[in-house]
Parts: sequence; structure tokens; C-alpha cells
Amino acid sequence: MTPHQPTDPAAGTAEPLVEVRGLTVDFPMGEETVRAVDDLSFRLTAGQALGIVGESGSGKSTVAAALLGLHRGTGAHLTGTVRVGGIDVATAPVRELRRLRGGIAAMVFQDPLSSLDPYLPIGDQIAEVHRIHTPQVSRRDARQRAITVLDRVGIPDAARRSRSRPHEFSGGMRQRALIAMALACAPRVLVADEPTTALDVTVQAQILDLLHDLRAETGMGLVLVSHDLGVVASSVEDMLVMRGGRAVERGPVGTVLKFPRQPYTRELLAAVPRVEARRAPMAAASALSSASTGDVLLEAAEVRREFGRRKDRTVAVDGVSLTVARGETLGIVGESGSGKTTLGRMLVRLLEPSGGSVRYRGHELTGVHSDLQMVFQDPVSSLNPRRGIGESVADPLRAAGNLTDMEITRRARELLERVGLDPRWYHRYPHEFSGGQRQRVGIARALAPGPKLIVCDEPVSALDVSTQAQVLSLLAELQRDLGLALVLIAHDLAVVRQASDRVAVMRQGTVVEEGPADTVYDAPDNPYTKALLAAVPVLDPAEAALRREARRNGGGLLRASAG
Amino acid sequence: MAVQDVLAPGAGDPPAPGPAAGARGVWRRLRTRPSAVVAGAVLAALLLAALAAPLLTAVSGQDPYTYHDELVNSASGGAPHGAFGGISGTHWLGVEPGTGRDLFARLVYGARVSLLVAAGALLLQVLIGVSVGLAAALGNRWADQVLSRITDVMVALPMLVLAIALTTVVPEDFPRPLLLILVMGALNWGGTSRLVRAQTLTLRRLDFVAAARLGGSGPLRVVRREMLPSLAAPVITHAAILLPSNIVLEASLSFLGIGVKPPTPAWGQMLSTATTWFRADPMYVLLPSGLLFVTVLAFTVLGDAVRTALDPREASRLRVGTRKEKTRD
Amino acid sequence: MTERFTGLRFAAKRLVGAVTVLLVLSVVLYALFYLVPGDPAQLACGERCNPAQVAQVRGQLGLDEPAYAQYLHFLQGVFAGRDYSTGTSLQHCAAPCLGLSHQNDQQVTALIVAGLPATTSLAIGALVVWLALGVGTGLLSALRRGGVTERVLTVLTLAGTGTPVFILGLLLLMAVCAYLRWLPFPSYVPLSQDPEQWAWNMLLPWLTLGLFESAKYARLTRSATLEVLAEDHIRTFRAYGVSERALVTRHALRGALPPVIALSALDLGQVMGGAMLTEQLFGLPGLGRLLVDSVRSVDLPVVVGVVLVIGTAVVIANAVADVLYALADRRVVLS
Repeated sequence: MTPHQPTDPAAGTAEPLVEVRGLTVDFPMGEETVRAVDDLSFRLTAGQALGIVGESGSGKSTVAAALLGLHRGTGAHLTGTVRVGGIDVATAPVRELRRLRGGIAAMVFQDPLSSLDPYLPIGDQIAEVHRIHTPQVSRRDARQRAITVLDRVGIPDAARRSRSRPHEFSGGMRQRALIAMALACAPRVLVADEPTTALDVTVQAQILDLLHDLRAETGMGLVLVSHDLGVVASSVEDMLVMRGGRAVERGPVGTVLKFPRQPYTRELLAAVPRVEARRAPMAAASALSSASTGDVLLEAAEVRREFGRRKDRTVAVDGVSLTVARGETLGIVGESGSGKTTLGRMLVRLLEPSGGSVRYRGHELTGVHSDLQMVFQDPVSSLNPRRGIGESVADPLRAAGNLTDMEITRRARELLERVGLDPRWYHRYPHEFSGGQRQRVGIARALAPGPKLIVCDEPVSALDVSTQAQVLSLLAELQRDLGLALVLIAHDLAVVRQASDRVAVMRQGTVVEEGPADTVYDAPDNPYTKALLAAVPVLDPAEAALRREARRNGGGLLRASAG
Repeated sequence: MAVQDVLAPGAGDPPAPGPAAGARGVWRRLRTRPSAVVAGAVLAALLLAALAAPLLTAVSGQDPYTYHDELVNSASGGAPHGAFGGISGTHWLGVEPGTGRDLFARLVYGARVSLLVAAGALLLQVLIGVSVGLAAALGNRWADQVLSRITDVMVALPMLVLAIALTTVVPEDFPRPLLLILVMGALNWGGTSRLVRAQTLTLRRLDFVAAARLGGSGPLRVVRREMLPSLAAPVITHAAILLPSNIVLEASLSFLGIGVKPPTPAWGQMLSTATTWFRADPMYVLLPSGLLFVTVLAFTVLGDAVRTALDPREASRLRVGTRKEKTRD
Repeated sequence: MTERFTGLRFAAKRLVGAVTVLLVLSVVLYALFYLVPGDPAQLACGERCNPAQVAQVRGQLGLDEPAYAQYLHFLQGVFAGRDYSTGTSLQHCAAPCLGLSHQNDQQVTALIVAGLPATTSLAIGALVVWLALGVGTGLLSALRRGGVTERVLTVLTLAGTGTPVFILGLLLLMAVCAYLRWLPFPSYVPLSQDPEQWAWNMLLPWLTLGLFESAKYARLTRSATLEVLAEDHIRTFRAYGVSERALVTRHALRGALPPVIALSALDLGQVMGGAMLTEQLFGLPGLGRLLVDSVRSVDLPVVVGVVLVIGTAVVIANAVADVLYALADRRVVLS
């Protein structure tokens, strides 16, 4: 490892490690071109950390790829200059560029599973990359080096695990391995593109802590690309807000987050759900009236669900009991693999429970019921791509078969309008719409049969924060107007708090804690709930540092409970 | 790109125009590929010739069955008189060695048999393949096991072998083209069925199918309205590959002397007799093999083009980073 | 350790599956050939037999027994051997007995064994040709993607997939033997008799079958390589300075080879079962030729026997392909 001394921020004369001036990136798309990055400039001195924040389509990932010259040969058109470690990325010969990649700037990608070669042992992959940048090293020494860096990033039993293939690692361990790969080349700056987006919140906290520690130890710079303001707040000193390929606002993290100057930044910040904020009283009032009277609509008793047979059997949901009252919102939070989606599907009987029962208004459910509908996570796969959105909404009405064609079309148009879409778009196809708009179509379709309860399975997790807020407020509004009961399933603790009357926390197929939302969030009982809440990134850098310190001291608890 | 919200109150931003969906878009993309246009033109000409075979032979004044002993040199074993296999004003492509039958007439009539058998078999293959594939994907575990194993066998066993074996047990007087259609149709549906099963299993997991069930659609309605339309593209693509392989299979069977019975002309059968003639009369080899080659090639090129036209994903590969932003599961 | 155990269980499961498939195949074949139209006794006896003679033959061959008993006897013949009485004498047919030919009362097993050397010669040689040519071409066009080389190779392979094997063989015969006179017209010489002559005479059949198959392999290798090259992990290694050549040869090829290996095993099985067209064209006395001849003379026991042997070869090849695939791609076993 070649440690670089953290550079004195006052030394303004030093050549910047990364210098981007007037960068513009165009992608040819059919006959036209799409401008992903538009006249962007920034610089990063050695040892500094910069966060690039933006919603999808803001061009932030394109910037990250441009730093390593990854657009070469893809047909993208770049203008402006990108200099990294003194090398002009656009004009450097291939050999020079390859030295830069990994040797000076190393990249960590979003999806750790697909970012590693599935056929090779992880140690070999790291050794291969290491040998490219230090060719004089023998194979054996390169392997040794791989074990060292794997050990450094916290892979237990690194010597043995270095012989495993990626599929034998968990998501968090794969991301650690990717960071180890970067570390093996001793780069001067790490470019991390959404490094924690695919990870659970507790694992995310561990990875961010690891990045922080490595920076302190080696003095390398960091360019962190993320959609999540909280992730950026806790990891970097400076930030750059991007929108539509342009830089909207830049400055020290604390300043930008506390005193945003640009309206866009302000709107963005306002849209971020806060885990510490109580729910707005407006929606809660209507719910309380019925929820407290105990008018139970849906009741799950000891439901179980197993998958696979015999030896491969896994229990996804293990004896969960809960009730949903009319007009209330029950939030279900949990990390991946907690069984929350399986539970949601059993509540509407898309899945049959292996044990226990689901009762609707006191009657055991034996199949799907038009009163119980669902809104799905993925706005792409939840709509039939070959059918106009209006027909998708009209489909439940047609299936019911008690309305005339004219009535059906009129009703479908009303529903589209109800969810904030133009009824004239009836014949448009799903691919013409944005994620948020498609999610609105999904909600309209769920409303079509006139349901009493809608299970929303991660309804906003695929959406940008600003769209998230809009979709969530639409759901709240519909609930108020139609007296719907909602079951809101999400991994995002803040989203759930913002929208729920009661909350159930799930872990490994069971509900570990359940109660009124404010009680669960403000005074959690269960250690797992506490760990989850402690891992949520906060928007205040000072608070984030405190929490990191707390995690480091109480690390045992976190790791034990996060599995 | 589509999944890209802008910060705007409400959801009032108008949808962006996407690539043309449906059959019209496919047709437009096909038309822009020169190779596809050429292949299509060749096939259209061939189809026309096959359909109008009696008309064409009437114009040339020949028929495929009349022997012309005077046109072949019986002393040298039957090679046609004249250059290039006896090409003349009356016999446009020369005559068959040994018998002196008109080659043009035999080739055009042969095209009828080839195309009819290939298309008929294709219809049967797709019908069986789609039904079996759907049944395996949507039936219970046992149905799936049984049907999938049968499909495995159908895919693995050499079709030519089974086709040959099957033709032995059928009575002599059974009409041959029909027999070939039945045999090829009954044997070569494994690929289609596998494809349909895999696609259906994928589709079944998609949320819009679950949504349709919640909306009150029964299983049959889900299959008809949600699955079959999505299956059309892959099945058509697959069929486009099957068709030329059917033509080759028919020709191979005829080549082995197990296909269409003489005197009915067939390309493979001509090639079979041509094996003894290629030194004395090379035209007799080159004409049917050239025709067969061009036909199969044209179908293959067209099939390739159809596949790319039905799968307009290429452009998205260009974007290095933005493609997978914020997908979580 | 657990992984190895899973692998073994996987192999065992495949084996059981293979045997089941073969049994099913034999039942179906038996049903088809012995119970569908035409009278096998009449066929066995010949056109000119009178009813009394046919009845006698029926008794000798056990064709008067109920269908299931005939099948059981057939199975017994396969596993333990059986005796046939041909009028006066008694013929013993040893263990893997597939019956007697109607043509000359020869044992089907003997006929098949006689066909094996030619078929094996053809299969192995063609395999070498198609692997070398197909994988090489496919890799080359993946490496040179976007260039002239790729376009030329694409056109060539497309033309290759469009050419039936007998046309390819005929044209080669015409060009190489009739016009250029580089080689004599091939006639099969057994390897045991004269290795050099064997090789010279097999050259054209190898080339024909190998060339024919290699088009398919070129396409497969190319598309599989390009598919892997489009995956995210390739981007990772590109971002760490790995050269394009190393990306293709070290990373993409590793992902592209399993389907190639699996398909090779399958095709080898198919060709082992007789590359009928090639054998027919070049007059090779192999299994495929035997099948075609026996079909022409409606020699049912030989047809059933050969098809069963071919089925066995294919099923074994299938199982081997699965196991090879699983070995090459460890993820298969675990998922």
C-alpha cells in the first residue's frame, strides 16, 4: 500500500487529482442524440472526498464512467477535458489509460454480484487486477496480496474465502470484495458509483463505515455517486448536485444540506422522507377514528409459507399474525429476505399460505378477492407492455363482465384522471411513460374493482425521491377520500414512518416488533429495530459522524443483529 | 429515457414518444435492412413460381413428367446433348440426364413440394410446441416433469433417424407429402415447446400477470390476454429458424430416398440421383443445390432480420452507467 | 465437500433419468414397429410366403404372444440373451441381443458392431474440425467485432448454416476429386487395415461434416462471447485496466465455453448415431448407412436396434453434456 498523506486543504497550488472542465457527453439514440452531461466542471484535490448527487437521468453515473474513460468505443461523444492524476482521459493512449484505470482511479460499482466474474475465485480476480498494475509481482505474491486486502476489508477467514466464487458471498461481502479489488491497486482516488444502493440499510452502514476508515488510513480521494442524500451526507466533505446533466449547486455538505441556495436542491431536500419526523397529523386523524374502534378488515393468523421441497425447503414467512382495520395504514418494514413481500402476497391470496389462515371480514379467504388489490414494486414489469394503459386499467372491469363497453371505457378514463393522468393517454403504451406515471397507472388499475384494501409492495422504491413523495401523497389522498385500508411494504424506514399508522418490523420471516408508528420509531423495544434505526443515514454530517462513532463502539450489537 | 421523472408538481408532463410498437414498427425496421429486403424478394419470387408452377410450365410448353429420350446421349449413359446440360429455347434449364425430362418444370414443381411440406410441418410444430410448452409451464409439478422429459427426448434424438424409422411403418399408398408433414411436425416441436415453457415461466412471475389475477381474470383469460400476446414475438422468431431447417430436412429425406416418391419431383431427390452424374452433367448438381441453397439462405437471413426487428433493445447497450440506476429488489 | 456431494448427486440423478428415457424409448419403438400396420411375420417371411409359412415364422419369432410378453422377451434378449429357432437349428443370440435381421437372419448386434468403426472414425475427425474451425472463427469475429473481418465471417457462417450437408459434400467431391483431382474418390479403408489410406480417404468426409457443423459453432461461440462481453463484470475488469484481448480470452471465453462444450457432447452423440447423409454420400459403411438400408428393405428388427443404439448414444451424450456444463459453470449445480 502506498499511503498518501492527507493533503492540507490550504495548499491550493497543488495540481488537482481530478480536474473536469466543460465536460459534455452525448449518446446517440437512434436518429437523435441524448445529452447526458452538459458543461460540467469540478476538481478534486488529493485526499478530498466529493459526493455527486442527483436523481435518475441526471447524468451522475455518466460522469463517474467518464473519469475512467469508460465511454471509449461505446459511441458516446465527449467534449471538454477530464484530467485524472495528470492524464488527459480523452486523448491518452490506450496503454496510459489502462494504467490510469485502477492504478490511479479505481471504480466500485453498484451491483456487486454482476460486477464480479461469476466463474473465477474472488482472490484470483483481485490478483489479476493487482498484477496488471504491478507486473513485476509473481502470481503467488499477487494471491497473497489479494488475501491481505480481503482481510483488510473485513472478510473473515480471508485465505479460505479468497478461493470462493462470487455467488458464495453475501451481497455485503461482495461489495467488500469489490472494494478490496480497488484497494489492491493502491489508487489515489476511489470512484464509487452507487456503492450501497443494492444493499440493506444495516449493510450499507457497514460499507460506508469501511470506506470512511480506508480513506482515513490510506489518504485516498473519493468520488461518491449516489441518489441518496443521506449516504452522501455521512461520507464526503463536498457535494455537487446534478440535474439533467448540469451542476445545480455545489459546496461543503453541511452548507448545502442546511442552507440550500437553489430551489431544486430545496425541493429535493424537502422530498426526502425523514425517519425522525412524526407523521403529518392530517392523514393520521381519519385513520385513528376507525383504527381505534377495532373494526378489523383483514386478519392474518399464524400464516406460514415455505418454498422448495424436502432438503431445499426454506421458510419465508414463519407464523405471522396481524390485523388491518378499515381505513388505516399498516406499514411493514424489513430488509431483503425478511419475508415481507411473501407476506404481502399471501394477504391478497396471490400466494397460498402453507399454514395458518387469512380472514377477510371474518371469512376465510380461499382465492383472490376483488376487495383486496395490490400495487407492485416494479413499474416496468407490472404493466403489460403490449397493452395500452387504459386497457390495463379497464381489464378488471372487463373480467367482471357486468358493464357495457362504453361504461368500461368511461370508468377507466375516470380512474386515470383520478390518479393524476390525462385520460387522453388511454391508448398510449407503458414504455412511453416515466416510472412515476406507470406507478400511477398501477394504482388506477388496483382501484378499478373498487377495493377496500390495497397492499402496496415497495410502491416507491424504484422511484426518485421527488416522485416518491408525489406517489405517496396520492396514496394518502386516495385513502382519505375512499376510506381505503393500506398495507405499505417497504425497506425504507423513513417512507414507512411517513405513511403508516401502525408498523410491523419483520426479520427472517417473523414480526419482531409491532405497534403504533411513533412508538416503534421513537422508543423501539427490539434490538434489531434499534440497529435498523441506527443504520439509517441522516442528512446532518455532524450527526452522521456521531452515529458512526456510536456504531463503532456498539459494533457488536449491530453486526450480531444484522446477521 | 422512459424511467426518468422530473421534479414537477403533479404528473402532468406529457409522455415522450417511444419507438413504434406493434407490427407496424417491426415492418418498418425490417424494411430498412437491405439484406432482409433482398431475401424477402427472393422468397416472394420463389413462392410465386411455386404457386404458378402449372402456368409457368404452360408458358415454357413443358411438363415435369414427359421423357425425352432423344435429348440424352444413351451411348454415354444418358448425359444430355448440348452444352450446360442441354439448355435450349424449349428446355430453359436443360433436361434431366438419363430421362430427358424438363429440368425447369421439375424444379418449379419441386419447389411446390418443398415449401408445402416445410410450411405444413411448421404449422404442426408450432401448434404442438406451444400447447405442450404452455401445459408444462402452467400445469402442476407432475405434468411439467413428464412433459419436460418428453420434450428433452424430442430435442435430443436425431430427428432424421426417427423420421426415417417412422416412414417405414406407414403403408406405401399413404400420400407422401402429408406423411412428411405429419412426421416432421410430430418430431420437431421440442425446441418450440422448450422456448414457450421458459418464456411462460418468466411471464408468470411478472407482476402484470399477478395483477390480472387480482383483477379477477381466470387462468384461461390470463393465458389468452396476458401471455399469448407476449409469446408471439419469440415464437415467430423461432419459427423463422424452423422453416429453413424443415426445408433441409425434407430435402435430406428425399436425398436418402425416403421422402417424396418418384415421379413426383423434389429437390433432394434430384440431388440424390445427381451424385452419379456430377462428372458428366455438373449442371444437374448445381441447379437444384443452388436453388436449395438460395432458398435456405434467404429464409435464414430473413429469420435473422425478423429476430432483430422484434427485439429493439440494441441502442440501450450504449449507456455505460445510467442503465441500472436505482433498481432494488 | 458439500459441493462435491451435490455434484455427485447431480450426476446420479442424470444417470437415472437417462436410463428411464431409454426404457421409455424402447417401449415406444416396440409399440410403434410391432403393433402398428403391416404384419411383421409376413415381412420377416417375405412376399411369397403362404399363410402356413407365415404362421410358422410367427411362432418362431414369438409374434403370436401378447404384446407385453414380446416386449419382455425383447428386454430379456437385451439383458440376458435369448435363443431363436430357425426351423431346424437353434441360434443363440448373446447378451445385448436386439433380435435377428429379417434379411439374412444375422444378429442385429453383429451388424451394428460392424458399423461402429466407420461411424466412430467419422465422428471423431469431424469433431476436431468443427471445434477448431467453429470456435476459432467465432472468437475471431467476437474479437474483431465491428470490423470487416467480422462481416466477412458473418456472411460465411450464415452461408454455412444455410447449406445442407449433402450439398456441401457434393460440391467438395466435385471440386476436389472430379476437377482438381487432389484426392481420389473416397472409399472406406478400415483403420486397422491401413492407417494412412484410412486418413486420406476420411479426409473429405471429415471436412464435409466438420465444415457443416462448424458454422453452427461459430455462431454460438460468437453470440455467447458477445453476450458475456455485454455483462457487468466485464465492465469491472475494463475499469481496472484489463486489455480487450484479455477480456475476451480470459473472461468472456470462460463464460462462452460451457454452451460450446455442452453442444459438442450432444452433437458427438448425434453423429455417433450415424451421420446418415455424410455416410450415404461417401459410401461409408457406418450405422447411418445401416439404418437407411434396413429402412429401405423394411427390416424392422435392424431399424429398432439401430434406433435404440443411436438413442443410447444420444442419451449418454446428453447426460455427459449436462455434467460437463455443470462442471464448467459451477452456478448451475447450486441453483
